[in-house]
Formats: sequence, structure tokens, C-alpha cells
Amino acid sequence: MFSGFMVNTWTVATIVAVVAGVVGFFIVLRGSSFVADAVPQGAFAGAAGASLIGVSTLVGLGVFALIGALGIGWLGRRSRQDVATALALVVMLGLGALFLSLSVEYAPEIYSLLFGEVLGVSTSEVAPVAAIGAVCVAAIIVMYRPLMLSSVMPELGEARGVRSHRMEMCFLVVVALATSMSLPVVGALLIFSLMVGPPAAARSFTSKPLLAMALSVVIALATVWAAIAASYTSNWPVGFFVGALGAVSYGTGRGWAAWHRTRAARGNARPLAV
Amino acid sequence: MTDLDEEAATSLDAGTVASLSGAAMTAGQHLTGTGGDALTVDGISVRLAGREVLRDIHFTVRAGEFVGLIGSNGAGKTTLLRVILGLQQPSAGVVRIDGADRPRHAPAVGYVPQKVLLDPDMPLRARDLVGLGLDGNRLGIPLPTRRRRQLIDEMLRAVGAGLFGDERVGNLSGGEQQRVLIAHALISRPRLLLLDEPLANLDIRSEQEIVELLARVAREQQISVLLSAHEMNPLLPVMDRIVYLAAGRAASGTTDEVVRTEVLSKLYGQHVDVIHVHGRILVVAGRGDGPAEPVGEDGAHCAVPDWL
Repeated sequence: MFSGFMVNTWTVATIVAVVAGVVGFFIVLRGSSFVADAVPQGAFAGAAGASLIGVSTLVGLGVFALIGALGIGWLGRRSRQDVATALALVVMLGLGALFLSLSVEYAPEIYSLLFGEVLGVSTSEVAPVAAIGAVCVAAIIVMYRPLMLSSVMPELGEARGVRSHRMEMCFLVVVALATSMSLPVVGALLIFSLMVGPPAAARSFTSKPLLAMALSVVIALATVWAAIAASYTSNWPVGFFVGALGAVSYGTGRGWAAWHRTRAARGNARPLAV
Repeated sequence: MTDLDEEAATSLDAGTVASLSGAAMTAGQHLTGTGGDALTVDGISVRLAGREVLRDIHFTVRAGEFVGLIGSNGAGKTTLLRVILGLQQPSAGVVRIDGADRPRHAPAVGYVPQKVLLDPDMPLRARDLVGLGLDGNRLGIPLPTRRRRQLIDEMLRAVGAGLFGDERVGNLSGGEQQRVLIAHALISRPRLLLLDEPLANLDIRSEQEIVELLARVAREQQISVLLSAHEMNPLLPVMDRIVYLAAGRAASGTTDEVVRTEVLSKLYGQHVDVIHVHGRILVVAGRGDGPAEPVGEDGAHCAVPDWL
């Protein structure tokens, strides 16, 4: 399980989990889960188009993820973000349908783009994934404070000179990058679960923001590693395990929070100070 | 505060007639430094989507003064605060802070926005939000130094939030969140504090405590406070001056100067009665002796007791 080509798998999956944990923390904080769903699915269409015209899939993914994310940000500025996201998603899925109909001998690759192909990562893929992953994590660390401020209460940020729309655009670019690097590994349908499940679970366990982000990375790592191991032994798709474990970790978090609340309620609760 | 009367009288005229005093204000900008005007709003007009929301607003807030910005919902209070913050471009007029033309995003201004519903599960403690007030506009991750922690602890205690500094912000009550937001705004040591409807949706006790807290801050730290509200009565004991906003225009001065039948009738463009009941003030609309009708949408502001 840990020899030969599997080394690449473990390496890439680890990078993907770290990035998903860090970026996902802000996706959940900003309430942008729908964006995290739409960008990879739209990017999938880019991959289909790229392989149709004979370009690298990663390029197609990157281009479509960026166009999708920036389109959502641009449209969402003047109207509701959920509507903008849905429209960007359907336009890109429509293109994806077109690209797929134009190519015929393609089914296994499409399947792997949708559901991931963790067990077949080649050595040449490791370097670009590591580079893009490093950029994503560095960007989030650099933007941390203003992004936090404008995610929590945009008006507070604006009053201190943090333009919330600019923050949104920068963040969407990071989401697009994170998406295009993770998509070939975990698949278009399941990055979403990796970017939302672990951070949503982490926030149930701690109220400290940086600790929650770290915990989100830990849960994402545990999810991905366990999913690969389970997939390797059972031959079931990795995506199934990623999705299932994401839901399980979220459920555990909610349960833990509920148990904690009842325990706190039974003990001497803090008197309500105004 | 010696020339307060003159100042008040000037802006009162400006408000009611909605044109005067531009010259007086322009002269005022040279009187900078300590004890001068913390804020000068000079002839501000705002058009939003072709509609004139604010028309030629003039008033000043002096150092350490507590000023209430009173008006019913939709009177333009939030728009005016956004103009002062530089978040909304006025179609005419200027805002001066400490006598200087407003620099972009002056750190001299603290802001407490209208309350929004915060996600109770959000992993952000009260102390984290206050910390973002200290350095939230800087890049990178906050380094947990002892100095930073001390500053945050002091600020939390100063606003009476010492007990719940480690709780999630989204889990706090409305009054508690308001205290944390005030701490967030004050920790960068602004000279002017703007608050948008901080008393909305608070119970009576919290309302009083927040007003007392702000009055103490203004007095002890010489911070000027401009607070918007649709209800002036909770502010009566602490307000140095009032800016009354109606129909896109403003009248400013002391409460006695502004909240009078003649002034407010002119401002509203229709007859209103100002009635004093047990130290509270009611503003009611009506035609002379005819049956009185409430002015704004807000019941508490304009409600007429049955026996009147």
C-alpha cells in the first residue's frame, strides 16, 4: 500500500487535504459552500474541453475554474451570489455537456474526473500540485486577517479600508486554484465534500479560529488517508469514502457540540451579562 | 464648549432652512487641533438611484461630545454614516474629520455597524473580534504577543465584556455583541465613534447600559460619539446635542432647540406636535387641532397614549 506508485498518491492526497482544510475553513466561514460546489463542477467541463482539443487537462481545469470563480464574483457583486453561482454553474455544465457529446471514446477519463483517480497519480503530477498547493496556503495566510474581518462582518472591514469585493475576488481565485489542483485526485463531485466537511466539523470542536483551521486540516488529512487506505483494500471508489467520512466527521462534530452544550447547561451557566 | 450655543444656532438654521451656514462651516475648518470639531458635515447631499436621500446636511460634532442622530427608518441615517466613513460618495458637500478633509479610511474613526445576525457556530471568540479591531486590516496571521493579549483584555473589561471574552461571538446576546463591537471599534483609539442603531432590538436594561457605557467612554476618553437611533428618549439624559433627520434634511442643536413644534414641523414639511410626558418626548403628526397621527413607522417613537 505504501510502495511504488502509491507514494505519489499519498503525497498528492496529503497536499490536497492540507489545501482543502485551509481554504475550506474560509469557505464555510463565508457561507460559500455553493461556490465550492459550483467551481469544481464547472472546471470539470474545462477538463472535458481541454482533452477534446488536445491540451493538458490541468490547463482546462485551471482556465474554467478561474473563469467560473471570477464570473461568480463579478455577477455576485450586483445581485444575489447564489443566483450568480447557479448561473455560472449551469453555463459551464452546459458547455461540459457539449464537449462530452463531441467526444466519444472518453468514458473512463470522465469518470475519473468526476469521482477522482487517487490510485493512479503519476510522478509528473506531484510537482505542479505541490506548487499550486503552496500558493493557495500562502495566499490564505497572507490574507488571513482582512479576509477574516470581511468574512465575519463586511461593514467592519470596509470601515477599516478592507474592500470586501476585492477580498471576495482574491478568495475566489484561491478557490479556483485549489479546485484545479485537487480535481484530478478527488474528482469534481467530491472536492466539495473535502472542502466543506472537515472545516464544518472542526468548528464544532473549538471556538478559536486558528485552532479550528488547524483542526480542519487534521480532519481533512485523516479523511483522505483513511479513504485511500479503505479504497485500496476494498477496491471501492475513493470518492465514496471521502464523502462518507466527511459526513461522519461533521456528524461527530455536531454531536460533540450538542453534548458539550447540555453539559454546560447543567453546570453553573454564566449569568447573562446584558 | 463655550461657543456651542452659537454653533448650535447656526446649524439649527442651516437644518431648518436647509441652505444657510456654508460660509460659517468653511471658516470653521481652520479651527483645528484639540477642542476643535471632531467632525464637520458640510452641505452633504446624496442621490441614490436618482432619488435624493439626503439634502444639504450640515452639522458638527465637537471633541468629546455625545450626539444623537435621530430619524425614523429610511430617514437616511445609515447613508449619512456611510458618507462620513467614506463608504458612500456624496453628490455634493464635504466631510471633515479633525478639521482635515476626510482621508480614505481614517483610523481616527471607529464604526459599529447595524447589527447583523452572526452565525452562532462561527469559530470566533469575542476577543478575536476585538483583536481584529486592533490590526484586522493588516496582512498575515495575528501573533499572540503578551502585549496584544493585555490590550484586548483591558478593552474587554472597559466595555464590561470581561466575562465573555472567550465565548463565541455568535452565541452572545444582542447587548453582549454590541459591547464586543464597541470594544472592536474603540481598541484602535479613534477620536470619533460612529454607531448605527446600536440600541435596536435591545431590551430596556441593555439599552440603558449601552447608553451609559457610551456616555462614559465619551466623557472619560474624550471620544466624540455620533449614534444613530430611531428613538431619542433613551438618549435624552446623555445627549449633548441632537441631529434630527427627516425628509432628507437635518436640524441640529441641543434637544431643546431642535425638538420643538416649529422646527420639526418645518423639517417634516407638515405640522407635528412635540409633547413632553414625564421627561419623555413624543413627536406626533397632525393638522393643528385635528386627530394626531404617528410620524414614522416606529410605534415607540410616535405612539400617542390613549388618554391624549
